[in-house]
Amino acid sequence: MRRVVPIGPYHPLQEEPEFFKLIVEGEKVVDLEINIGYNHRGHEFISPTLTWDQVPFLVERICGICSDSHPYAYVLAVEDCAHITPPPRAQYLRTIIGELERIHSHYLWLGLAGHFIGYNTVWMWVWRYREPLLDLFELIMGNRNHYAINKIGGARRDISPEDYPKIEEYLDLLEKKNAMFTKAILDDPVIKARLEGVGILSREDAIAFAVTGPTARGSGIAIDVRKDDPFDAYDKVDWNEVVFDEGDVLAKTKVRLIECDESIKIVRQCLKKMPEGPIETRVEEIPPGEGIGRYEAPRGEVFHYVRSDGSNMPVRHKVRAPSFMNIPSNVVAVRGYSIADAALVLAAVDPCYCCTERTYVYEKGKRKYDGQDLLKLSWGKTEQIKRRYKK
Amino acid sequence: MKKEYSKEILEEISAKFPKVSIKIHSPRRTYIRISRDEVYDFAKFLFEEKRFRLSTATGIDTRDGLEIIYHFTLDEAGTYYNIKTVIPKDDLRIRSLASFLPAANWVEREIHELLGVDFIGHPYLKPLLTAETWPADLHPLRCDYADEHKDIKIKKKP
Repeated sequence: MRRVVPIGPYHPLQEEPEFFKLIVEGEKVVDLEINIGYNHRGHEFISPTLTWDQVPFLVERICGICSDSHPYAYVLAVEDCAHITPPPRAQYLRTIIGELERIHSHYLWLGLAGHFIGYNTVWMWVWRYREPLLDLFELIMGNRNHYAINKIGGARRDISPEDYPKIEEYLDLLEKKNAMFTKAILDDPVIKARLEGVGILSREDAIAFAVTGPTARGSGIAIDVRKDDPFDAYDKVDWNEVVFDEGDVLAKTKVRLIECDESIKIVRQCLKKMPEGPIETRVEEIPPGEGIGRYEAPRGEVFHYVRSDGSNMPVRHKVRAPSFMNIPSNVVAVRGYSIADAALVLAAVDPCYCCTERTYVYEKGKRKYDGQDLLKLSWGKTEQIKRRYKK
Repeated sequence: MKKEYSKEILEEISAKFPKVSIKIHSPRRTYIRISRDEVYDFAKFLFEEKRFRLSTATGIDTRDGLEIIYHFTLDEAGTYYNIKTVIPKDDLRIRSLASFLPAANWVEREIHELLGVDFIGHPYLKPLLTAETWPADLHPLRCDYADEHKDIKIKKKP
């Protein structure tokens, strides 16, 4: 007999408005319907009413976690349209902020994933070391989020050489701790048993749904905008693309953990190689034409398209966030797993967490499960696996 | 090496679809103009034979008609191939790509509700982003929408 388990509309642990309708037979998920649009703010409508230089501040507010990636993609699009090359120092500055942001975004996901499978130690640990990074942002950019570093033709702020040692100090700490997390998380037999083989997104499905970012790289597709279409300082530093073939939640976790290491490497080299000089070029006007900007955000490829008619405002500004392509792939990834796994699988593409606070299951007019119950289901499965290992 | 690869593909495209016009904006950004009737076959060729990835599609309301740009990308070459087509405003219909390309499903639904294009053969052409109560014939990204609602748009707090 088929029943419906609604998750949402106030989404997953990360509190985003999305609605998942799990269609279940007993414990097994047989289908999934996704509804979005509860938080549609009309950025594409507002953007053509602002000037070129005002838009970065608007798109920065699309997402609080990857607040650097949208303005980054936007300025790359406008620079592509007007054939502007930012000065070298600005290129390195943007790269540094982009990579530091990737670390804090991956840590946010890791912490929440830990909480979700009932490993609150992982959650507390990871967020303990994410906090100094936000403090570092406040120190060098003046804000914990929304750094406003991107500007058409350069960067808005400079990092003073006095702050280099502080960044280095944090990177040293992080390198040690990241090695510890990687070992602790990947060597734990219970976590491995809980994540391995769950929510497999096959390579064929990943291609058909055109997923991007860690979701694609966890399914064996080697795509990374920073490697494929290098911009700013990414082709001037040495780093590796992280790809795993399994396609399950464990593979996605591995991709994110090891990517943090690569980000540390990039930031270190950028700090060493960063040249002196101006941080912006003077931009006179944006000629008529069109431009495309793409940036590898923590969740995948961010895509911005702008069209100019030569005035001081864009005619059309198209924004495509990575989750727009990643979320539909849940339909195939979640099929065939239990409700306890579903919460985790929906979480694995990153913005997607089982909405714990506002999820209710009704049966004959009586509440059966709510968000807490779903969490308990997930924790219960982890406990079972733990017991199996203790024997 | 990457650049040559890109050139090869462009040659193959112009051999197979002689009517297209190709404009190279920069080494990694190419714009291809094609007629509405050819879009389906062309997209199928790109996705199934050349393994291109559909990044997204953009709809723009212009003077000549409604322009749809399918942003395809070839990740090995790092190049964007933007397939442009213009459909007349009195006949806003185009064949849906969702039948062979699941990634096009949400992309087309978004254009359908924001610009009012009918994608023929789409499996589930329902509003995606706007509220359930939003009138079905009101398309926010059309130019006439901004004209009709000008007084609302420029209203400022006293």
